[in-house]
Amino acid sequence: MKLLESLASVCASGGARSGEAADEVDGLLPEVVAAPVTTEEVAAVVGLCAATKTTMLARGSGTKLDWGGSPESLGVVIDLSGLNGVVEHEPGDFVVSLRAGTTLAALDRELERAGQRLPIDEVVPNSSVGGVIATGLSGPSRYLHGAVRDLLIGLTVVRADGVVARSGSKVVKNVAGYDLAKLFTGSYGTLAIVTEAIFRLRPRPRAERYLSATFADEAELSAALSGILASQLAFAAVELARAEGGGPMTLGVLLEGHPDALERRMAGAAALLGKCAVSDTVPKEWGQLPGPVTLKIAVPLGFVPSLLGELSALETTLAIPLRIRGSAGVGILYVGLEPSTDQASFAELLQVLRSSVGSTGGSVVVLRAPASIKAGVDSWGPVAGLELMRRVKERFDPDRRLSPGRFVGGI
Amino acid sequence: MTRPQDALVAVLRRLRELLPPEGLVTDSAELRTYECDGLTHFRVVPALVVLARSSADVRLVVSVCGQEGVPYVARGAGTGLSGGAVPHAEGVLIVLAKMRAILEIDPANQRAVVEPGVANLDVSRAAAPSGYYYAPDPSSQQVCSIGGNVAENSGGAHCLKYGFTTNHVTGLEVVTPDGELLELGGKAPDPPGYDLMGALVGSEGTLGIVTKVTVRLLRSPETVRTLLAGFADTDAAGDAVSSIIAVGLLPAAIEMMDALAIEAAEAAVGCAYPEGAGAVLIVELDGPEVEVVTALAEVEQHCHAAGAFELRRAATPAERTQIWHGRKSAFAAVGRISPDYIVQDGVVPRTALPSVLREINRLSKEAGLRVANVFHAGDGNLHPLVLFDASRPGELALAEELSSRILETCLRHGGSITGEHGVGLDKVTSMAKMFRPDDLDTMQLLRCAFDPDNLCNPAKIFPTPRLCGERPGRQSPHPIEVAGLAERY
Ligand SMILES: Cc1cc2nc3c(=O)[nH]c(=O)nc-3n(C[C@H](O)[C@H](O)[C@H](O)COP(=O)(O)OP(=O)(O)OC[C@H]3O[C@@H](n4cnc5c(N)ncnc54)[C@H](O)[C@@H]3O)c2cc1C
Repeated sequence: MKLLESLASVCASGGARSGEAADEVDGLLPEVVAAPVTTEEVAAVVGLCAATKTTMLARGSGTKLDWGGSPESLGVVIDLSGLNGVVEHEPGDFVVSLRAGTTLAALDRELERAGQRLPIDEVVPNSSVGGVIATGLSGPSRYLHGAVRDLLIGLTVVRADGVVARSGSKVVKNVAGYDLAKLFTGSYGTLAIVTEAIFRLRPRPRAERYLSATFADEAELSAALSGILASQLAFAAVELARAEGGGPMTLGVLLEGHPDALERRMAGAAALLGKCAVSDTVPKEWGQLPGPVTLKIAVPLGFVPSLLGELSALETTLAIPLRIRGSAGVGILYVGLEPSTDQASFAELLQVLRSSVGSTGGSVVVLRAPASIKAGVDSWGPVAGLELMRRVKERFDPDRRLSPGRFVGGI
Repeated sequence: MTRPQDALVAVLRRLRELLPPEGLVTDSAELRTYECDGLTHFRVVPALVVLARSSADVRLVVSVCGQEGVPYVARGAGTGLSGGAVPHAEGVLIVLAKMRAILEIDPANQRAVVEPGVANLDVSRAAAPSGYYYAPDPSSQQVCSIGGNVAENSGGAHCLKYGFTTNHVTGLEVVTPDGELLELGGKAPDPPGYDLMGALVGSEGTLGIVTKVTVRLLRSPETVRTLLAGFADTDAAGDAVSSIIAVGLLPAAIEMMDALAIEAAEAAVGCAYPEGAGAVLIVELDGPEVEVVTALAEVEQHCHAAGAFELRRAATPAERTQIWHGRKSAFAAVGRISPDYIVQDGVVPRTALPSVLREINRLSKEAGLRVANVFHAGDGNLHPLVLFDASRPGELALAEELSSRILETCLRHGGSITGEHGVGLDKVTSMAKMFRPDDLDTMQLLRCAFDPDNLCNPAKIFPTPRLCGERPGRQSPHPIEVAGLAERY
């Protein structure tokens, strides 16, 4: 039986079809797109791919397929968008289990009814939960509520050999066995395919206030930022933005709490920020990524102001316009560029940044970019523990069938 | 294959050459002091103890053990409650307790860098002058080591709001079983690659030995308010917890003790909890003053509505300490009202708490043994203490039976066999009740990547070790494939 037919036969409702142009990943056309809708169907699909030595790539909503390295080969796209919906939500437990193809937005609509939320921002519109886990993508709320890895408490995965495995549980406190959810979060689908996830939840805040202030120079911004980070006002997010071409810098903070108490806290925040604008709805572009080409820079908190200074200087010397946005309170800045950016200047930017950021103990990753830009550079840069990571990959996916080439060191 | 004895002799000879004499313990009386951790009924005298002073020492021991095929076990302060640090009779115990330097308190980056032997509380003490603290606060925090906390992913009363060790560690230096010294993470977030650090936290010393830890420091809250509420019984107290959580309040801690636990605490430390209480709740709120004051009033309303007959706010730090004193001494206090006891550690979904408590009560009556309950009510982590008298024939077995039936009750309600004490040696058989063979097999793939020879704290966590076989990647085709007789399809 041909692969397409066998895959179609195990995907009872979602079916399978030949790959089309719209299914391409970094220019690679998959032979087949299969759409399993249960964990068992995913296991059957993976089993068939393993038996036929076919490479696979899991796809949720398909919003981040140009992230990470380019895959080396692509046999089957496993479309998980039909594997969606909440499996269990007991409001009193503040825990939800759901299928990987569920979008953050759909989940939020469901949780809203119970006055709860999963405090993971929808950084990329229409993101599925599986894709967010695979890329470990957290937004501004991470400052107070933790990153994806911190909120994820249980996983069901299908291994490269088709075996279904679970780790964690549906109780928030649990130390039984290895915490494999941590290992799989941010692994870009190279170790296993996530089919179900369990998250801890938070109550929706009773009231929210966004405050923002602009600063003309880095010294002023730096003073305000240190004031905020050292304050006892318990901010929920501390964000920073700067338009290209050395424009003014904006510091945006979020306060969550009781409406009566918030007024007092806002006064405290305003004293730290200076003249600021206040809003009780999400500001435009809050937590969004700054460009079709995006670098992710992570530094120890205290280095954010000097990193900003360096970025401004590089913008001038390399003549590349840089849009900057990020979670200053966490130590993460995203730098946005245009896809038309000159390859050589891009490579130089990356190299200069890696050397200075590396000396702080941080990292610079090409988060997303078209294949043409990624081709000339190492998306990930130096990785501590790479040899051990390779050994982990060898144990979980010895034949390199899951998204080969997408991850660090060509894993 | 060399016999274990010969291999040990070889290890000892090499280590004698390489380490100063005071770094090695070989005297049998002295060795015996390391025979158990906080769970004292598992006892194994190690063949050899190394008192490590540096990561270089640890690397040396791990490498030598690896070459000779001798198992080794890490030990911090030895307060673990699952037998995780129980030595191997034919192996080396690597004690990290001497590595207790606080290398850096770095308020600008909100991090501390410490050696693994540093006591948990000492991190907060060192950070306090800068206005920061280290959030995870196990009750054993005056003694237990950060390395042990990392290995166990320890929690504390305040993990309801702030999370566990895993949410506060941002960097680890670790000696892996192949003798490499790895730096994973550091002061910056999100290092690229697999989150090996996340996998190491909570791995109970089976994936490597941690020699340096970078942790997040949090700004000390502006205000902390502590409330003690007395209820007629655990049902009423449980109702209060449910409504506090349901309206979206997030206290830093919600702890519950039942009548027997209160009795024990009174006998031991005279904590003066509300007289006649069948259950008490300790609720602590922290954060900006204005938020805390508002939330405290709400918490009090919910307690009243659920039938609290006495509410006591701590007005001074001394009163706060007094309230916590009863709770924090509860385990040891049980020793005042019973010659022996077993500390259990199970978790249930919070909404299942009332029915699980009733079931524990029933099991306790059936067995004819008393059970005192102390627990982290906010997140469903129970610590039932099974009271017994080992001098009465058969009672130990009865107590163990009761304790494991309580755990099964937790599992039946979708819970976990351990919320913070770990699996260690104690719960290896329970692992097979919580996870299916495929789940355990998958976890051990990770183990095989780190420690294919199964030398690093073997026989812990997993009921049956997985044979790691040859290192993959060096696989050769099956002979019949070579002969062209079959293709893999
Ligand atoms: C009275 C009392 C109260 C307690 N309260 C709590 C509580 O509230 N919350 C909680 O979570 N726990 C609690 N515990 C359990 C215990 O204190 C914790 O598990 C603690 O983290 C153990 O630390 P330790 O240094 O004593 O580790 P040890 O007991 O020495 O070792 C524990 C495990 O960690 C491994 N290990 C130790 N150091 C390292 C290292 N450097 N690298 C790799 N592996 C290592 C050991 O091999 C072992 O498997 C309590 C214990 C007692 C006795």
